[in-house]
Amino acid sequence: MAVKDYIRQRFFPHIWCPGCGHGIVLNALLRAIDQLGMSKNEIVMVSGIGCSSRISGYVDFHTLHTLHGRALAFATGVKMSMPELNVIVPMGDGDALAIGGNHFIHAARRNIAMTAIIMNNRIYGMTGGQYSPLSGYGTRATTAPYLNIDHDFDIAEMAMAAGASFVARTTTYHVRQMADILKEAILHEGFSVVEILSQCPTYFGRKNKMGSAADMMEMFKKNTTPIGSEAKKENPDLIERGIFVQKDVPEYCSEYDKLIENAMKGQ
Amino acid sequence: MGKVKLKEHIINREWCKGCGICVHFCPKNVLELDETDKGVAVRPEDCICCKLCELRCPDLAIEVLTETETSALVKSEEAAEV
Repeated sequence: MAVKDYIRQRFFPHIWCPGCGHGIVLNALLRAIDQLGMSKNEIVMVSGIGCSSRISGYVDFHTLHTLHGRALAFATGVKMSMPELNVIVPMGDGDALAIGGNHFIHAARRNIAMTAIIMNNRIYGMTGGQYSPLSGYGTRATTAPYLNIDHDFDIAEMAMAAGASFVARTTTYHVRQMADILKEAILHEGFSVVEILSQCPTYFGRKNKMGSAADMMEMFKKNTTPIGSEAKKENPDLIERGIFVQKDVPEYCSEYDKLIENAMKGQ
Repeated sequence: MGKVKLKEHIINREWCKGCGICVHFCPKNVLELDETDKGVAVRPEDCICCKLCELRCPDLAIEVLTETETSALVKSEEAAEV
């Protein structure tokens, strides 16, 4: 199938701003799914609220556009009732880690098989550029005109600590790596977290004088390095990208099935 | 395997928002924005078919159509078979 067969073309051009990284994530995700040869009927995309969450309206899978931060809770319900479906949950940094922070850590702890894609643009774009838990110390936002004093999370470390069995990070500059990681994440039997550094040229970029969308992507190229590289040893400020964790841990739905089987013994 | 050759850049002008990502990252400087801020392939003869513009377009507005060029060697082998 061609990439265009996986989208609802009637809703294009999409609402994202010129140069928004979320479109690149959509692009790579469609290619990953195409390369896996998956049919539209075996995928459920569940999203919450925010710029990134609008992605579920554009893909021609089973889609569910839910409450702010609660996408993983809805997705857990879908997966528990129909474990044969592939559940993909795209979220923004605020949606996943502020409003939905609790759902996020507990979905990771349960190791329920779904793919959480966190499109981290470090800001709340849809509502006008308020700082998010990922904006980071010393950045500017509409609500932090005199610099932000909040420190940010490290999504990958947090996901690993919470028990996610697949954790990876990439950027919108590294499109081939993004598609490869998404493929691995979708195939993984367990809770997969993929953090994708995405540019918001309209708010985060403009407030922090980072230039155009392309300039912001150049920064992703410059400021990141493959996991365990020599460059990281020399410059610890570089952000590592690649697959941090990929391990076999008993998956929630299959464990639940075993539980039912045990409980029904002799009946 | 033959060499991959460019057929055509299909740019959807309705979907293109003129962000310039394709223009900026093209390794061969094939693309430019026109006076209406839409991407155009102005030097298609320089295109190496890496498809990075297609992969990085946030608007799914570019498609690089390619064809596999049959090499002279393969052609002569085919001729010999006939």
